[in-house]
Amino acid sequence: MTAATDAPRVVARRRRTGAERAKSVAWHLALLAVLVVVLYPAFWVLTASVKENSDILTNLSPIPTSITWENFASAFDGMAGVPLWRFFWNSFVIAALSVVGIVASCSITAYALGRLEFPGRKAMFAVVIATLLLPGQVMLIPQYLIFSEMDVVNTIFPLVIGKFLGLDAFFVFMYVQFLRGIPRELDQAATIDGAGHVRIFFSIILPLLRPAIVTSSIFTFIWSWNDFMGPLIYLHEIEKFPLPRLLQSYNNTEAVSNYGGMMAMTLLSLVPVVLFFLVFQKFLIKGIATSGVKG
Amino acid sequence: MSASPSTAAPPAADEAGATAAKDQRKRGTAKRRPVSRRGELLTGYTFMIPWIIGSLVFTVGPMLWSLWLSFTDYHLILGGDFIGFDNYTAMFADPMFGRAVKVTLVYVLLAVPFKLVASLAVAMLLTQKRRGIGFYRAAFYMPSLIAMSVGIAIVWKALFAKGGPQDQFMSWFGWEGGGFIGNPDVSILMLVLLSVWTFGAPMVIFMAGLLQVPGELYEAAEVDGAGRWHRFVHITIPMLSPVIFFNVLMETVHAFQLFGPAFIIGGTAGGPAWSTLFYTVRIYALAFVDLRMGYASAWAWMLVLAVGVVTLIMFRAAKNLVYYAGEDNR
Repeated sequence: MTAATDAPRVVARRRRTGAERAKSVAWHLALLAVLVVVLYPAFWVLTASVKENSDILTNLSPIPTSITWENFASAFDGMAGVPLWRFFWNSFVIAALSVVGIVASCSITAYALGRLEFPGRKAMFAVVIATLLLPGQVMLIPQYLIFSEMDVVNTIFPLVIGKFLGLDAFFVFMYVQFLRGIPRELDQAATIDGAGHVRIFFSIILPLLRPAIVTSSIFTFIWSWNDFMGPLIYLHEIEKFPLPRLLQSYNNTEAVSNYGGMMAMTLLSLVPVVLFFLVFQKFLIKGIATSGVKG
Repeated sequence: MSASPSTAAPPAADEAGATAAKDQRKRGTAKRRPVSRRGELLTGYTFMIPWIIGSLVFTVGPMLWSLWLSFTDYHLILGGDFIGFDNYTAMFADPMFGRAVKVTLVYVLLAVPFKLVASLAVAMLLTQKRRGIGFYRAAFYMPSLIAMSVGIAIVWKALFAKGGPQDQFMSWFGWEGGGFIGNPDVSILMLVLLSVWTFGAPMVIFMAGLLQVPGELYEAAEVDGAGRWHRFVHITIPMLSPVIFFNVLMETVHAFQLFGPAFIIGGTAGGPAWSTLFYTVRIYALAFVDLRMGYASAWAWMLVLAVGVVTLIMFRAAKNLVYYAGEDNR
């Protein structure tokens, strides 16, 4: 820098910005290429939902030869006389109950595990950690036998009860992690002021847990919305089906004759998750980055 | 679904306990201590009641029960008796077992590496300081949220159908194998690609890890004349190794348990020609279609065993391979 006269310096700087710009273009091109591949399936289903039935499987271009709203009309008719909104409602009820259950049960469980000192705490925490890696399939059969003994098969009870009992190890763990970041001085100050554990939990811990509560609620909603195995095992009447079960039955029975309807239905079933994501994506991504959730 | 211990903020497991003990000591007299202890004991167990009941009835209890079932020939309608290890010996003679193991292992060995390499590569691109990062990150993450849905599995079936987009695309390059979906040699690739499509989830975790790597390390290396590749191998990889370990572990454990998309794409028979007969799909078919719950339980316990062994091996390997900054005794 010291030896250079003005003129070469300007040239050097200009050259550098030129190289910078080329780099930036290359960077965007690389990412756009990835983006095209990633978004292609979404784009494909979007256009398939407005294609004529025959057009979907024969015309391979994602651009429809003609646009029809027939598919959506038949999608809204639902299946076997049960209208589509009914399946949306069923999905929504299960998801909403799951969210309430997770927040209520995981927060109190995490408070006990992360803040209180009692014999057996470490063993219980170890059980929570172990269930993180345990394949759930191993409990599936006895759980089914228990629920059929309780006579609750074909209700949503088996799908949500675990959420109310703090059995979602991941969220318990996430809350405990989060609790550890909340200074204990706050609890101690409250204790000195004469607050008991219940009071501390409700007026100090719960409000401070809010970011964790938001993240867990969003994930619970989306996972519950997508859950297929639970409804597959426990729900057998079409009026009770959530969307994934509907899509699966429709795919098995009517898709052959009404492929367009299938595509429209598929698209509609994905809309809430995508909207949810667009609204909350900042929270979600921050949540994953700090707690290591996997979609 | 999925869940995971944190990498970004690794917990010192005993830290909380230790601080608690210190607090107790600080708080006061010997006389007061037992009282507050007993208070915590009572409150602790009260707060834990839902979890304790839930675990006994719905997790720990069922685990023991399924272990017992795996030694019986229990059938949902016909009932069953204790038969010792017969289920386990029958399993090894069962041609379906070999098929399911093969399909699942091929999937794990293809899906996990491809997905993680893709996610690390894109994560490295996205940690440069440029415009539009937030947009790309969100767009790439989105598939992770919907990939496990039945809707996407159905879309996937269409994309890989005979004459579908994949078939057409590959015929440009002279491939005449038709759609992946009807071709048992390649149908597993549909599920591998579905998994790779969700690279956004580990990508976000990699991005968080990459941002933790101190910039001075790269500057120092550059001064020493290290090239891009050297910096990647000697700085990025070691500094990122805890995050890599975490991602490999979680992705592998989850890959072993893939169910929904496999069920929709291949059905309970894992068609065509058992080429998508995933292990969990077979467990479902045995238990809830054939109603052979004893035998299915034995299958499920084999999965637990396999995942347990793989996890153990990974933790062992991690001891030598994972570098934790700030710990000299590695």
